[in-house]
Amino acid sequence: MENIITGKAYVLGDDIDTDQIIPAEFLSYDPSKPEERKYFGMYANCGVPEGQRGLPDGNIPFVPEGEFASEFKIVIGGKNFGCGSSREHAPLAIAEAGATVVIAEFYARIFFRNCVNGGYLLPCESVERLVEEVKTGDDLEVNLEKAEVRNLTSGKTYALKPLGDVKPIIEAGGVFDYARSSGMLDK
Amino acid sequence: MARPMTMTEKILAAHAGKDEVKPGDNVWVDVDVLMTHDVCGPGTIGIFKEQFGAGAKVWDKTRIPIIPDHYIFTADDKCHRNIQTLRDFVAEQGIKYYYDPDFVNTEEGSGFPSPYRDPNNTNYKGVCHKALPEEGHCRPGEILLGTDSHTCTAGAFGQFATGVGNTDAAFTMGTGKTWLKVPPTMKFVFNGTIPSYLTAKDLILAVIGKVGFSGATYKAMYFTGSGIESLSLEDRMTLTNMAIEAGGKNGICDVDEKTLQYVRARSNRPEWTVYTEDEGAEYDCVHTWDLEDFEPLVAAPHSPDNTKTARELADQKLDRAYIGSCTGGKITDMIMAANILAGKQVKIPTFVVPGSTEVHSDMLKLGLDGEPVKEGEKNIYDTLVDAGCNMGAASCAACLGGPQDTFGRLNEPLNCISTTNRNFPGRMGHKEAGVYLASPLTAAASALTGFVTDPREYISKPIKTGTAGIC
Repeated sequence: MENIITGKAYVLGDDIDTDQIIPAEFLSYDPSKPEERKYFGMYANCGVPEGQRGLPDGNIPFVPEGEFASEFKIVIGGKNFGCGSSREHAPLAIAEAGATVVIAEFYARIFFRNCVNGGYLLPCESVERLVEEVKTGDDLEVNLEKAEVRNLTSGKTYALKPLGDVKPIIEAGGVFDYARSSGMLDK
Repeated sequence: MARPMTMTEKILAAHAGKDEVKPGDNVWVDVDVLMTHDVCGPGTIGIFKEQFGAGAKVWDKTRIPIIPDHYIFTADDKCHRNIQTLRDFVAEQGIKYYYDPDFVNTEEGSGFPSPYRDPNNTNYKGVCHKALPEEGHCRPGEILLGTDSHTCTAGAFGQFATGVGNTDAAFTMGTGKTWLKVPPTMKFVFNGTIPSYLTAKDLILAVIGKVGFSGATYKAMYFTGSGIESLSLEDRMTLTNMAIEAGGKNGICDVDEKTLQYVRARSNRPEWTVYTEDEGAEYDCVHTWDLEDFEPLVAAPHSPDNTKTARELADQKLDRAYIGSCTGGKITDMIMAANILAGKQVKIPTFVVPGSTEVHSDMLKLGLDGEPVKEGEKNIYDTLVDAGCNMGAASCAACLGGPQDTFGRLNEPLNCISTTNRNFPGRMGHKEAGVYLASPLTAAASALTGFVTDPREYISKPIKTGTAGIC
């Protein structure tokens, strides 16, 4: 896990559910097949209503139509990010588009667990609400050692909460690697 | 002497091999049953093979029921391919409990794929959360994981049940274990007896409206009191099904004679353990309601906590009604809807989808009182057909939108009253569609008027469901 992650921010609001992150009609792709897995990147965050896509202005797609990769590396959310369905396709889709970090006020349980156990995304929690502090397209720098995120565009710095109990699993790269490193599974 | 514990804490402690656990503890537990389906099965199998090796064997082929249910009625080739992936895995591993849709073997060019011709004669079951208890996979005191957020439904049987992602499922598939953080328990007490115009849907919408859409995040939701006792087991499943709509980790009910009657008749294993709440168990919070204070509720778009009374929404015009899903497609739900619709005509297109082939079969066998149809009496299915409903076959169907050709899917920005469990933007298809969550009684009454309608206007006598859905 890198300690410093930089990239452009993509800002979403509260209660972004997994149907908005990856609508059910795209779940027929099989993520185990590389030639199909990339489509999760293409459709990542495409279910978010137009006005809520890329705040504060809205109408900014996470991934340009017809493409597979996003220019945004850091997703900012409000409360209850990733609520709803247990589909692991949700963190997978955001990661497949090229993002590596999500920063939200707090997460729905299963999404958080899928991020950590699947090793897709680093799910950070902000101390303050960042949805109104950061604009889509702002350059951000996440510093894990200092547990903070700096908005390079505005010059402001915000604290992140400690990763807590799940830190060893995140550092290992997911639940399988964690179980192997701790001797629960054969290497 | 162990600390006083809740049912959830006791189940997790027993499966972790500990005398006691407390909220916040992280424990590795032995899993009793792991369920997967056609949407998350292929991804889970992919991770299982990647991590454990191409020749790896599952931890227990009798404890991994695989239940295709989501994308059955579709011409989408990838969906059919995903079912073939499940079939291949089942054959390779010798998985004991697999409920195959018949359709892939039907003759080519037969048009819209149909998963079964006769609900009485098919291995296909339908919605996993309904099929799990029907087929004997739910028992008190066990831990059930499933690759679906509504796996919490099985908490109605006094067990710990929760949804997981593909990676977690693949880990359990190979090891029989998972790690869980012990949740604090929120206690919800309902006093009184369920009146004829309410169902558990109204109760859970009240709970979600009270604590909020994320108010139970990371927590166990324990439902108790005489009001819960008065519910049928199927209705309790509606309650626990929607624990996730408040963010809950699991929902759980006490085990009583109704639970045991069901489990004795259905369980595929002879033994189980009944846990009870200890005197002095600690709760995160306690909320208490009297059922006589209640009235029929509806969750307006686009959140299950946007709760209003049906009366408050009486001016809300509707374009469609939908009766189905793991929440609202059980036989008792169908009986309730049929009692409202009997002898009348719907004013808006109304789609009915049985939760399982057993429900479909029961709809053909049972009458309005939940007992076998008598001579000259109409069955539930025909009652709904004669009221003008469009009838689908058992599956998740439009509850979660799904492929464009899914039965009942909202392909336009319509307002739909629905017995399903979620109303996020785009959940049933179109991003701008408005989904109003309600009980089968309220959905049926609204289908008759084309507006959100309090079902009390259409209920003249108590609705009986007999022994429907139990044995």
